[in-house]
Amino acid sequence: MSPIHYVALSVLLFVIGGVGVLVRRNAIVIFMCIELMLNACNLAFVAFANMHANLDGQVIAFFVMVVAAAEVVVGLAILMAIYRARRSASVDDANLLKY
Amino acid sequence: MTHVLAAGTNTDVIARETLFWILAVLAVGAALAMILVRRAVHCAMMLAVVMLCLATMYAMLGAPFLAFVQIIVYTGAVLMLFLFVLMLIGISSADSIVETIKGQRMAAGLAAVGLFVILILGIGHAAIGPASRPTAANGTDNLSGLARLIFTTYVFPFEVTGALLITAAVGAMVLAHRERTSPKPTQRDLAARRLASGHLAPDPSPGVYALHDAADRPALLPDGSTSELSVSATLSPRDPNEVPTPVRPEIETEPVTAASGEREAIPGRAES
Repeated sequence: MSPIHYVALSVLLFVIGGVGVLVRRNAIVIFMCIELMLNACNLAFVAFANMHANLDGQVIAFFVMVVAAAEVVVGLAILMAIYRARRSASVDDANLLKY
Repeated sequence: MTHVLAAGTNTDVIARETLFWILAVLAVGAALAMILVRRAVHCAMMLAVVMLCLATMYAMLGAPFLAFVQIIVYTGAVLMLFLFVLMLIGISSADSIVETIKGQRMAAGLAAVGLFVILILGIGHAAIGPASRPTAANGTDNLSGLARLIFTTYVFPFEVTGALLITAAVGAMVLAHRERTSPKPTQRDLAARRLASGHLAPDPSPGVYALHDAADRPALLPDGSTSELSVSATLSPRDPNEVPTPVRPEIETEPVTAASGEREAIPGRAES
């Protein structure tokens, strides 16, 4: 199995995640789509690590996972704070800064 | 498992190709379903499917450590965090399908197609060689190789990651913390509030055994009407006058109506 298949799959998943970020309204679902994009990047990293027969790509994928976990924790906490203030998880309702 | 999958015999190659295509179709289908289903919980389940597919692919690509970290950290921890927040925010909130910006979906689709074409062209121009022969670093020695890299070459990013995690944990605590703006009501305050409300007794219990074996049924008042106070607000009460299907059909019970409720006197009270 050539790594190009894995990279193409990762591109496809990344694009699907991007569409989800653009079209969904629920902030939690948008977060999940961002997670999907990060996972797609990880797949490309691991495929390239396999292609070059070294482990640096796997280490980077590991770091991406850790940073994604931190991002989810802070993001969901922000979401909880917004939900407390506005009683809604929709991104359309957080519009105080809108001109 | 990994070195079996990474071995180079012909049947193994065919098995890996088959597995790849099954997993790829599964992952793409689940990802599409994720952006199409309306309920956030279903989105989380679809994301779990994608993540498990990717974990299997990591194992096929000679990264068993990442495969297990993917399952344990992502599918286990991150997704459960998502589900916790979903339960807190309200699980029933389906996403609105109203387009608030005109033509946004069309524009998003066009942008996605454009991004896909650009990325695929970039991949096509890049020189992506065949998969390398399985080496010790890619096969059985994966874990110790990763550990050596993390604690030598990447030791500074690793330490920074630790700082990032602590910062994230403290930040989440600060964000989720709610400062109490009014003093906590004491027992005396609660009693005064109850007296002021004019409703001294606790709320009536629902009519669990009056008509149905269900807690979402309002209690029957002595005049035959029903008391909405007796049903918890989180249970949406059905039509209280609906004729129930009997729970135990073999026992013929006379339904409690307003007339029978008025007719029946309590014997103990009548004697005293």
